[in-house]
Amino acid sequence: MGEYVLEMNNITKEFPGVKALDNVSLKVRPGSVHALMGENGAGKSTLMKCLFGIYAEDSGEIILEGKPQKINSSKQALDLGISMIHQELHPIRFRPVMENIWLGRFPKRGPAVDHKAMYEKTKELFKEVDLDVNPKTLAGNLSASTLQLVEIAKAVSYNSKIIIMDEPTSSLTENETAHLFKIIKKLQSEGRAIIYISHKMEEILKISDEVTIMRDGQCVGTWPANELTTDLIISRMVGRDMTNRFPPKEYTPGTDVVFKVDDICSPLPRSFQHVSFEVHRGEIFGIGGLVGAQRTETVEAIFGLRQIVSGTIYKDGKEIKIKSPRDAMKHGFALLTEERRATGIFPTLSVLDNTVIATENEGKLVHHSIINDFARKKAATDSNASMRTKTPSMLEQMQNLSGGNQQKVLIARWLLTDPDILILDEPTRGIDVGAKYEIYTIMHQLIKEGKSVIMISSEMPELLGMSDRVMVMCEGRVTGIVNAGECDSVKVMELATKFM
Amino acid sequence: MGATAKATNTITRKKYATIFALIGAALILISIIVAVAAPKDQVYDLWMYILLVGIVTGAYGVFQLLRKEQHSVPVEFSRSNAKTFLTNNAIMIALLALVVFIMIKEPRFMKYQVLLDIMTQASPRLIIALGICFTLLIAGTDLSAGRMVGLAAVLSTSMLQTATYANRFFPNLPALPVIVPILAAVAACVLFGVLNGFLVAKFDMHPFIATLATQVMIYGACSLYFDMPPNNSQPIGGVRPDFTVIGQKKIFQNIGGSTFVGISVLIPIALITCVIIWFVLNKTVFGKNVYAVGGNREAAVVSGVNVFKTIMLIFILAAFLYGIAGVLEAARTAGATNNYGNGYELDAIAACVVGGVSLNGGIGKIGGIVSGVLIFTVIQYGLQFIGVSPMWQQVIKGIIIAVAVAIDMGKYRRR
Repeated sequence: MGEYVLEMNNITKEFPGVKALDNVSLKVRPGSVHALMGENGAGKSTLMKCLFGIYAEDSGEIILEGKPQKINSSKQALDLGISMIHQELHPIRFRPVMENIWLGRFPKRGPAVDHKAMYEKTKELFKEVDLDVNPKTLAGNLSASTLQLVEIAKAVSYNSKIIIMDEPTSSLTENETAHLFKIIKKLQSEGRAIIYISHKMEEILKISDEVTIMRDGQCVGTWPANELTTDLIISRMVGRDMTNRFPPKEYTPGTDVVFKVDDICSPLPRSFQHVSFEVHRGEIFGIGGLVGAQRTETVEAIFGLRQIVSGTIYKDGKEIKIKSPRDAMKHGFALLTEERRATGIFPTLSVLDNTVIATENEGKLVHHSIINDFARKKAATDSNASMRTKTPSMLEQMQNLSGGNQQKVLIARWLLTDPDILILDEPTRGIDVGAKYEIYTIMHQLIKEGKSVIMISSEMPELLGMSDRVMVMCEGRVTGIVNAGECDSVKVMELATKFM
Repeated sequence: MGATAKATNTITRKKYATIFALIGAALILISIIVAVAAPKDQVYDLWMYILLVGIVTGAYGVFQLLRKEQHSVPVEFSRSNAKTFLTNNAIMIALLALVVFIMIKEPRFMKYQVLLDIMTQASPRLIIALGICFTLLIAGTDLSAGRMVGLAAVLSTSMLQTATYANRFFPNLPALPVIVPILAAVAACVLFGVLNGFLVAKFDMHPFIATLATQVMIYGACSLYFDMPPNNSQPIGGVRPDFTVIGQKKIFQNIGGSTFVGISVLIPIALITCVIIWFVLNKTVFGKNVYAVGGNREAAVVSGVNVFKTIMLIFILAAFLYGIAGVLEAARTAGATNNYGNGYELDAIAACVVGGVSLNGGIGKIGGIVSGVLIFTVIQYGLQFIGVSPMWQQVIKGIIIAVAVAIDMGKYRRR
């Protein structure tokens, strides 16, 4: 065995239209905590998924303890001594904790599952990681943070040489985080290596030995943690030029307030709380923050998809009540959701049906609830032409279009409703550069017409390059509203990590 | 012409269309010869079927010829094209093969009366299937359909017995206008439809469970009603002729001399229902919303679709159609018991699914449902005709469902 337990050399991975990983290398020493940092979409999770056998890398090599390996499945990764704690937990809620832990490798006596042995082994494991949970409790009855600790125990149970932790502390309290760090130290002393992904600077500086920073699918570099500071990390995470990626802006926003949110709160304590902001006519209002900052939840609540327990919303100076998306649409709102597949497209319906559905449900293009074939076809064709959607015909099934074109159809759908305020949640996620530029152009077109755009974006250059003002959120609260022109990414990142 | 395609495998669309038109013309000619020359007691009305196939083939050819802008598009005969054709039309081809087989085995099957019989039998089933397809389109189901048919049958007949009948359900009931009991029966079904819709839309219950609960309730309620003294669970008979006429009347009996048996009034009723439902599904916002809710419910909410209202309407409309079907069944058979309609929902679901309606929601066409219902009726009638035992009929029906859906799924599987 050489100096490193794991070497990932020149890993490249391309998705249709996006180069997710470009010649990335990562070298991990045994018995060390290696932090992996970068903005959302920098490629951290993709890299780890290549290591864990979920994605197959296009090129590059993975060397485990000196031997080159081709990892094709998660099972193989586990057999090779790599385990992973995923960012999103998917427990089998109605089965006991112990079955969740030993799933796929139940202890057996003859052909039958040996529940007694499983119980004992789980008990022992929990003792090892100092976790006080009855192995027979149903997984669904545990809190998110306890589940996270159970998941960590599970990773430990594989006796892996390398443990990947993807944002393990995102749902943990301070005490639980301290507990996790104790477990990490113990694992480290046993000679195991830990790859630690997190956005929380202080944690990283406290726990890790080495830090690798990624940006735009590339490796910025690897440094010993003691040579780094929070500022250094941030500047290396965001440092890039921002020229010519956005169309020139020829319009200055008005000063009259068209939309105002005053102190709205979610019924869920961990979701958005006391959010207030104003949007001017002809303005692009950006919302920045890290994943989990409750930005999506906030705009979904404004659009009537989530509950608001207190606070008021004003449109054109008048107080309005929004209980459902239908109410929101009546008041001139439109929302392009973040999850295109889950809440945007109708995959089996035609591009035509996908485009006109919102407008038809507002009672336009129809006569006494009977559709007007000619009008709807013309409206859909025109709207998609203005978006430059590429489709063989208006009758093509939506699922046959590329992601970027699907996104354009969805924007066409909302433009057709003629909204005053268009809310775009990650409008350019997962689409290629050309389509991005076209979407930016459309946004400028809209504000020129006196409409207002609210845009959530996790891409710092997009957020600062497109917005007039940027509101930054952290842990469900507003940490600042800044003028995009007088602000840089370091400042935004500071605000986004204010409570971490 | 594609550079890679072999010349021998490709012909122009014009030639392709001409071939179809010529085959059609030839078949029409043959049918005339058969009609005139062939012995009537051996091939019966075979000429009619040949004529029908000839007209369809010829019309397809002529239609293609008329679309001049398509003439330059070449038609390629390749293995993959043949496979696609077979997959898309597997059910129709199997049906055709079955019909030819039965005709050879039992030439009497060629009589036009058989065709009319099959269509008459298919009519009430089609109405039920049209109702149930809405619930399937939103990735749901409706297990209460059959029991609603029974409920409507019992309710309508119980109030429409002749004054002289011995075991009257309501001995002292005056002769009501026919429409009143019919409306009452349909209204009762709609009421349970409201319950179905409410359970699904309000509580987000899976339609399987919601309609199972309703199904059990309806059967219980219907049995209680059926068991009321003085009826005490006697089969209802002595139904008034002015009611049975809506299920038994034959129209056009006078044309072509007295030999024509006439067309059952059920056939036009089913056809009109078909047209109306096609219109609702394809030309109204409600219909578009049904597909939307079935295709992606979350996206429908975001797009401003009133999902609650859509689901309520779906179950109400479905129940309305079951009610109509129940009344028609009662009129056709001139009687009812509380067990009427038992299991009809499963036949209807099977017919829809064989006709290409996806249980995952969002996919399904009226044409497919019509052919699905026809296929099942032809199979049942045909197998009975050649003396296949009812037990074997069940086995064959099951196999057809499994094979048809397996082939259909292949269409949507993406690689």
